[in-house]
Amino acid sequence: MADAPQIPDEAEVRARWGAFAWTAENAEKAKAVIARYPAGRQRSAVMPLLDLAQRQVGAETNTQGWLPVPVIEYVAAQLDMPFIRAYEVATFYTMYNLVPVGRYHVQVCGTTPCLLRGSDDVMAACKNRGMVKGKTTPDGLFTLTEVECMGTCANAPMVQINDDNYEDLDYDSMTRILDELAAGKQPKTGTQNPQRHTSEPEGGPTTLKEMVKANHDYRKEW
Amino acid sequence: MSLLDKDRIFTNLYGFQPWNLKSAQMRGDWDNTRDLMKRGQDAIIEEIKASGLRGRGGAGFPTGLKWSFMPKEPREDRPSFLVINADESEPGSCKDREIIRHDPHKLIEGALIAGFAMRARAAYIYIRGEFIREAETLFAAVQEAYDAGLLGKNAAKSGYDFDVFVHRGAGAYICGEETAMIESLEGKKGQPRLKPPFPAGAGLYGCPTTVNNVESIAVVPTILRRGAAWFSSFGRENNKGTKLFQISGHVNKPCVVEEAMSIPFRELIDRHCGGIRGGWDNLLAVIPGGSSVPLVPAAEIMDAPMDFDGLKALGSGLGTAAAIVMDKSTDIVQAISRISYFYKHESCGQCTPCREGTGWMWRVMERLRTGDADIGEIDTLFDVTKQVEGHTICALGDAAAWPIQGLIRHFRPELERRIRENGGALEAAE
Repeated sequence: MADAPQIPDEAEVRARWGAFAWTAENAEKAKAVIARYPAGRQRSAVMPLLDLAQRQVGAETNTQGWLPVPVIEYVAAQLDMPFIRAYEVATFYTMYNLVPVGRYHVQVCGTTPCLLRGSDDVMAACKNRGMVKGKTTPDGLFTLTEVECMGTCANAPMVQINDDNYEDLDYDSMTRILDELAAGKQPKTGTQNPQRHTSEPEGGPTTLKEMVKANHDYRKEW
Repeated sequence: MSLLDKDRIFTNLYGFQPWNLKSAQMRGDWDNTRDLMKRGQDAIIEEIKASGLRGRGGAGFPTGLKWSFMPKEPREDRPSFLVINADESEPGSCKDREIIRHDPHKLIEGALIAGFAMRARAAYIYIRGEFIREAETLFAAVQEAYDAGLLGKNAAKSGYDFDVFVHRGAGAYICGEETAMIESLEGKKGQPRLKPPFPAGAGLYGCPTTVNNVESIAVVPTILRRGAAWFSSFGRENNKGTKLFQISGHVNKPCVVEEAMSIPFRELIDRHCGGIRGGWDNLLAVIPGGSSVPLVPAAEIMDAPMDFDGLKALGSGLGTAAAIVMDKSTDIVQAISRISYFYKHESCGQCTPCREGTGWMWRVMERLRTGDADIGEIDTLFDVTKQVEGHTICALGDAAAWPIQGLIRHFRPELERRIRENGGALEAAE
């Protein structure tokens, strides 16, 4: 547990986030989320609400966002559940950031399918920009994390940066993506292989070729 | 003979065409759903049973049979629920993502029909948190279906009331286990429950619940439209139907593709993936069903049929049909060690053999990788995997043990070579 984050709960954090409350827009969203679950089961909404709160913190700090303790308390209070139950959820799931992160959270997948296709090169491209695993760069731009399988194995190696995936990477394309992000531009998301559209074989699909050009209805051939 | 395009269920698999309702309807989704439902609940379950559909999430339990465990007359205060498992996190698997982002209406229509057949009040689709854009598509597709009157009160004018809700996870592999998923849906840590009671008796909110994989649900409307006999005309006995295969690793062109069950491995790779990198002689081993199943050496897998029973006969399994291909350039010990790290990372911490064992096994694997070990430790490691296997609440302990067992079974000489080169054999001899 030596590499577990030291969760900040100091006077400064409380001073900054003690008065956290939903924005008008997010208050509406939170209501809609709670309505998805049966009456009396509002606790089910804790995961979506923590995510929403993290995004709001992110918007206020111009980062991916994180969950200061007072924010978790706020969510727990709204759902009428003990703080510890919400805190438990926040610490159990990896997508909740318990410490501040940078503008871009670079999550490099390093599990075996990506490893086999060269995730080490992707990681090297990140390190070459001065990123250190588990740390934020001094300019606050990038936080680097090695994550476990992201479910994009036919397009390995891949990285998820905030909400977007970048797939079929190599050292050069990863470097280019980081350069573009640093320059304030939005790189092309999805596959970086010009020979691919999504998860079909490189160079064009071996099946369902009619679908490439038109919305083909195969029922006529049944 | 290869599967024909007209017999493929997921026609928009690659997303060349839009996913929206209008386009999906032009491809045949939501076509007279009401008539399918008019056949009646028992008839639908019988048809699915007859089709031979086995769960696509890994365990391969017959889907129709699973549905038949649900109560025939749910009580007013204890409604039944359908939970759809879209927490696709098994290393190697990437099929549910393609369904959700490119053909979401197949899943939503399937949810309505399956939910109706098992007399459920609502379906919750639990999508993994990292599928952020995919979840956006799914939320939008569900909204489209509500706006078109296909869900909600009198869904698709069938007279049946049914809701579909989307719930996003937040990054925990273990939530793909059905009872952990239910815990997570209830707003708790995703730690698996002891069974019994099984979810069909007491699941979500203590109510009868069935958990099905995305692919199992999404194929249902097409099976009903084309008939059980059509679906069961593919694949070998007991391994029927079509299946989304996902091939990653050292093939020339990794891809996701729908093929008939029981397709020989060689044919699958040659037809869709452009062959093995460096040719078939360069193949070292394959993990045929996602990281949880033991690897199979090249010679055994080459002409094996890709189905539940064929791979079971090789001491492995079909799992989610996610083939991770490794050629001879692979550091096989590192590849398996990385999987061990994955399980260490994802263990929920509830059962001691898994919580402690996964970390222990990974640390020994790392030493075996460099050869910094004793020959006798290979047997100790094998013994520990046997102590973890079957001694935990859920199957994560088994899943962590099997890849290592497969490695020791097939690549013991390689492990010993590394130890000898590192000088470990001398110590053992003394």
